Amino acid sequence: MRTLSERILGARAGDYVDAAIDRAFVHDGTGVLTLEAWKDMGCPGLAHPERLYILFDHIVPANNSTTAALQKELREFARKQGIHFSDIGGGICHQLMGEGEVLPGEIVVGADSHSCTLGAFGAFATGVGATDMAAIWASGMTWLRVPETIGVRLSGSFTGAVEAKDLALTVVSKLGMDGASYQALEYIGDGTKSLSMEGRLTITNLATEAGAKTGLFYADDVTRAYLLEFGHRVEPQVPEPCTYTNEVSIDLGDLEPVVAVPPRVDSARPVESLEGLHLDQVFVGTCTNGRFEDLQRFASIVRGKKVVVRTIVIPSSAEVLRKAADKGVLSTIVAAGCTIGTPGCGPCLGAHMGVIGEGEVCLSTANRNFTNRMGIGGSIYLASVATAAASALKGVLTVPEVNHAT
Amino acid sequence: MQLEGKAICLGADIDTDVIIAGRYLRTKDRQVWVEHVFEDLDPSLGRRLPGSVIVAGRNFGCGSSREQAAVALKEAGLVAVVAPSFSRIFFRNAINVGLPVVEGECRCASGDLVLIDLDEGVVSCGGARTLIRPLTTRMQEILRAGGLAPLWRAKK
Repeated sequence: MRTLSERILGARAGDYVDAAIDRAFVHDGTGVLTLEAWKDMGCPGLAHPERLYILFDHIVPANNSTTAALQKELREFARKQGIHFSDIGGGICHQLMGEGEVLPGEIVVGADSHSCTLGAFGAFATGVGATDMAAIWASGMTWLRVPETIGVRLSGSFTGAVEAKDLALTVVSKLGMDGASYQALEYIGDGTKSLSMEGRLTITNLATEAGAKTGLFYADDVTRAYLLEFGHRVEPQVPEPCTYTNEVSIDLGDLEPVVAVPPRVDSARPVESLEGLHLDQVFVGTCTNGRFEDLQRFASIVRGKKVVVRTIVIPSSAEVLRKAADKGVLSTIVAAGCTIGTPGCGPCLGAHMGVIGEGEVCLSTANRNFTNRMGIGGSIYLASVATAAASALKGVLTVPEVNHAT
Repeated sequence: MQLEGKAICLGADIDTDVIIAGRYLRTKDRQVWVEHVFEDLDPSLGRRLPGSVIVAGRNFGCGSSREQAAVALKEAGLVAVVAPSFSRIFFRNAINVGLPVVEGECRCASGDLVLIDLDEGVVSCGGARTLIRPLTTRMQEILRAGGLAPLWRAKK
């Protein structure tokens, strides 16, 4: 009678455990500070370099000499220490860890708040800071408080143009920005069966926006089929009856396309209520919505048409880019007048190409719309891929048409 | 461990983007973070941090895992943060860099003296004492050492 988090961590909610970490990753942003903390600890060695990953995604390729120097040091460290390494253009850390690395039942930590994304595989995946990560490099362990769990019970299936992002934003709005603080979210119920692996990753990605420590799906046939593509045979995780601190029920068929209004992620409103809002930029990508299915959906909507507002599309990994090129998705997007960026985080955190100007409005498929995040004085509205595509064609916020998602 | 400082009052959901913006992260120079701390919230706030205690609303430090946020506050001379709740990654980061963070309710009046007694588990704001959620033994040990890295070196 345990939640999935309790099963994986081997203890009860509220207990503190010293957990052996199966996989730990940093990116070029947090990796620099992790390496500094590790040095500050007296260069204590690496307990399990084969479990560690350094994945460049935040400022890729390097934008100036300072960044280049920081990346050079980290790159050389990774190679010297035998740490798994992905250079510029390889892709976003959460995407790469989801391309056949993380397996059900594992304990995974990332030096990035969206590390909860990997919980979609039925792993316990959570974010830590740089010093915690340095201690994990050194010891292979970290302390964790076993979280209480909120059950998100899903029924039905999406209708019309609704997609996983609309569910994710709706859940965050129902719970509030700290509604799941220190807790885990478990997505349960028959409705989960209709969600693709990529859709699940979008949903768990936003768990941290409600303050959650992680978001989890039980591994099932969808998980098994996805991981088989990467040569892994995994068993489904069968849910046990367990106690949730709270349960939220959502019929997927009741959802509609929503948009989160700045500067809060928990401010989802129907797209319809803000239709016509002027846009200066549309951005499709990130660890939330830069996967192949996302690009494919975007292409299906803009095919044979032209965007009328500057639109940046960034695949979340080199593999996504390759697949998009192979299947003709990329040429459709380019023909529609979009700009393609290097696989990575792009302008999501306002530190690299695609930053918006004072007074500008960006419709983004990312996960945060905080003040000034994508550029000083700019505003960020968060929405689904279908909403982004429909809006890019009109230059204003637009409700995606019903048949777009099919 | 006893701490004291003058109160700076802030609201709920203070995110790490406003503590230190993404555009200042690509450096190892901690002074850069100190210079730009809270720039997008209130550019004058950074200068008031030395010797102060931030008394904030719920969910302090939400958003990005960037440890630079906790480092910037610590290096700027902030004594502690008191809030009813913290975002969990920020909370761990703060302890790890030796910045005391206290979960408690405090009626905040700007400039009031805030006294924190981590051993007794109480906070006093403008004379009104309330209980705080006790830190674990491990967290207190890290704070006493000035952070996880100094503790690690000491144990070597």
